[in-house]
Amino acid sequence: MDVLYFAWVRERIGLPREQVETEASTVADLVAELRGREDRYDLAFSDLSALRVAVDQKLVDFDAPIAGAREVAFFPPMTGG
Amino acid sequence: MRISVQEAPFDLGRESAAFAAGHRDMGAIVTFTGIVRDLPDDPLDAMEIEHYPGMTEAALTEIATQAMARFSLGDALIIHRYGRLTPGEMIMMVATAAPHRKDAFDGAEFLMDYLKSRAPFWKREITAKGAAWVASKDADEDALKRW
Repeated sequence: MDVLYFAWVRERIGLPREQVETEASTVADLVAELRGREDRYDLAFSDLSALRVAVDQKLVDFDAPIAGAREVAFFPPMTGG
Repeated sequence: MRISVQEAPFDLGRESAAFAAGHRDMGAIVTFTGIVRDLPDDPLDAMEIEHYPGMTEAALTEIATQAMARFSLGDALIIHRYGRLTPGEMIMMVATAAPHRKDAFDGAEFLMDYLKSRAPFWKREITAKGAAWVASKDADEDALKRW
């Protein structure tokens, strides 16, 4: 699936998007997998309360399933308007 | 209903006039415009607005559709810019049309409250001291509870 990062999450990880092969069943499992990769991921995901997640462009909670998802995006709370 | 996510500036007068035209059964139109505000103690060189193409349009359409149903609006408009903006520039506007003013005002406030914390935009302020992401406010999240 495609994993996308926005705003300071993108800056910390150093990528706007990447392809990830995963067997993770929920967003939280995917986060745990990414955190195990490298320090920059561990740092970016160190405080989940400071993050929001969208699966296939719908806002969801971190316990949401990701089986069959095409796109998972991580970003800070939005600041529109 | 019209949703536009765009980099280019917009003409407030022209957008407002076009929105108001052709609604003979609407007695009230409310428009709100958001402007890039300069910071008195730390002058702003620019505000950069990032968004999530695809999700942004879908989220705004969803928010506007909810507002239309909830407040019996005859029409709704959201224009939101992204990219690099300077102080005094217009960032965004919403407009609502309804038979009576209360629905038009409430609809516009609902749109603004949801835009603040449910539409995937992120702002970064660039000043002489550097660049900093604008943090979301608890008050913005609390504002949703009244709806």
